[in-house]
Amino acid sequence: MIKALRKAVLLIVLLGPLSALIAFTWIAPAVLTTFLSFFDVGLGLQLRPVGLGNFYRILYRDLWVPQILQTTVIYVLGVLAINSGFGLVLGILTAYFVKKESVSLFFRTAWLLPRMTPGVLYVVLWMWFVDTRYGLLNAILSMLGLPTPYSWLLSKPHSQIIMIAINGYVGASYGMIIYSAAVKSIPTDFFNAAKVDGASDLQIVRYVILPLLKWPILFVTAWQTLSLLASYEYILMVWGDTARQANVEVWALYTYDRAFWLYDYGYAAALSVFLVAAGLIMIVLYMKIFGFRRLMEPSRVEV
Amino acid sequence: MAELKRRVRRILGSILVYAVLTVPLIPIFLMYTWLFVQAFSDRVIFGIIPQGLTLRNWAFLNNPIVFGGITHTSIWVILRNTLIFTFGVTGLITVVSSLSGYALSRVQFKGRTEFMQFILALHAFPAVILLIAVFYILNKMGLYGKGLLAFLGIIIVKAGMEIPMSAWILKGFFDVIPWDLEWAALIDGCTRLGTWRRVILPMIMPGIAAISIFSFIAGWGEFILVYTYMATEEYFTLSVFIHRMIGEIMYVRWGTIAALGVFYLLPIIFFFIFTQKALLRIYIGGIKR
Repeated sequence: MIKALRKAVLLIVLLGPLSALIAFTWIAPAVLTTFLSFFDVGLGLQLRPVGLGNFYRILYRDLWVPQILQTTVIYVLGVLAINSGFGLVLGILTAYFVKKESVSLFFRTAWLLPRMTPGVLYVVLWMWFVDTRYGLLNAILSMLGLPTPYSWLLSKPHSQIIMIAINGYVGASYGMIIYSAAVKSIPTDFFNAAKVDGASDLQIVRYVILPLLKWPILFVTAWQTLSLLASYEYILMVWGDTARQANVEVWALYTYDRAFWLYDYGYAAALSVFLVAAGLIMIVLYMKIFGFRRLMEPSRVEV
Repeated sequence: MAELKRRVRRILGSILVYAVLTVPLIPIFLMYTWLFVQAFSDRVIFGIIPQGLTLRNWAFLNNPIVFGGITHTSIWVILRNTLIFTFGVTGLITVVSSLSGYALSRVQFKGRTEFMQFILALHAFPAVILLIAVFYILNKMGLYGKGLLAFLGIIIVKAGMEIPMSAWILKGFFDVIPWDLEWAALIDGCTRLGTWRRVILPMIMPGIAAISIFSFIAGWGEFILVYTYMATEEYFTLSVFIHRMIGEIMYVRWGTIAALGVFYLLPIIFFFIFTQKALLRIYIGGIKR
């Protein structure tokens, strides 16, 4: 009896703060978001029940929704291709082709740079780089005799290219880290055996590395789809409330826009319910597909 | 002849490898070069060639930035806010995750696996989409908007967003400490909490250091929460202050923006140089976008 009590006290001391934080930042907001989505909530935060009205508006009335959806798809697929695809190239190059560990570490660190740069500063760097009058990008393009756009930020496709590039540079290192750890964990016997059989490096990549990286690739792609779907921070920092006009407003940012720039909190909550639901469904799905252990050790290679 | 051909192919191959690794990074390197050059010069041509070296861009250290008739908040006030925020976040994350990391790693209880799955799921779930509800909660609690009190709410929310990740990382550090040590302490009459504090905690200091650095960087770089929940400039942190400056003065005073950027970057550079190993371990061990 006393033993059980002591254990309960121990658990409360150890896990209480964590649970309280999680309840305050995750659970309560998730529940409240769902609750608010059934109300009309204006600037004064007064609740006026509208039933399913907000959802009806999203599905049938909101003229922006098609454009927002399109931008979201372009954003997620575009950045995903870099994070998962180009990340794979980086991972294999740094872990297999660059033999010297110090050189490989140098490149991995260099590719981490955009991720480690504080967001606002990273955005300053880009805004200078693409500035049409003072920036470097147009200077280089005109030196090469290539056409220079009037602005890189104001309209698509240029704005969308920049949106993907800004996020891709940050995201590429994620895939790189997971994949390079996975390649490093492949026993060297595999490579030696393949070489003895006369395989070239490209053949080793094709027939040894890629098949073994099946799970990490699937993991990175799945995981990144989810986080990209709900990320908008860099877009917000670069474009702010001009994002919609510039065709770079993704669903998550539209949610933000509706809440904090147009003070339509209930409608915004309904918009984010879609994201919360998508997130929950995907997480349950991933747990089913990957199982708990694979999710914990994404770089594990099963041989 | 065949030997020569093979050699040429191998050289071409490694040129290609290094080109793929290096060429896409050139813009990033140029951006950084520009930042440091611009911070000390009037104008920069082609990103790297300074024209008119000067310290004028750094005038904001002595006098508040004045532009368009508005006197902005002094950088030292902004720095104070940033430090309060960052240390608040770092402290909270470090304490909470060293408590819970131990429990997740060592203590058996009912529903442990489910709890771990839940933590892992949160880790995948980006909290920024819950911003509206958090706004509502802070507002109803009277923590929204002005004053240092508002920082309290924002610090808790930021720590809450980072905690699944850091508790998870620290659990990994606890996992590798041999059980024997703990048993020895327990047999000698130490309580579980006493063991945690006296025996285990000193052994995972590298982990705690890594978590602190990681949360410091996260807090230092935090933008969206302060941007959304802090209404007055007096209480802005560096990131939000710089963002406001982008909107106001950037196109006419690139130099000031660059100098502000370098100022903002200093602690990050420090950590990057002196704690690279710990940082890489976090980024490589931890999984977060």
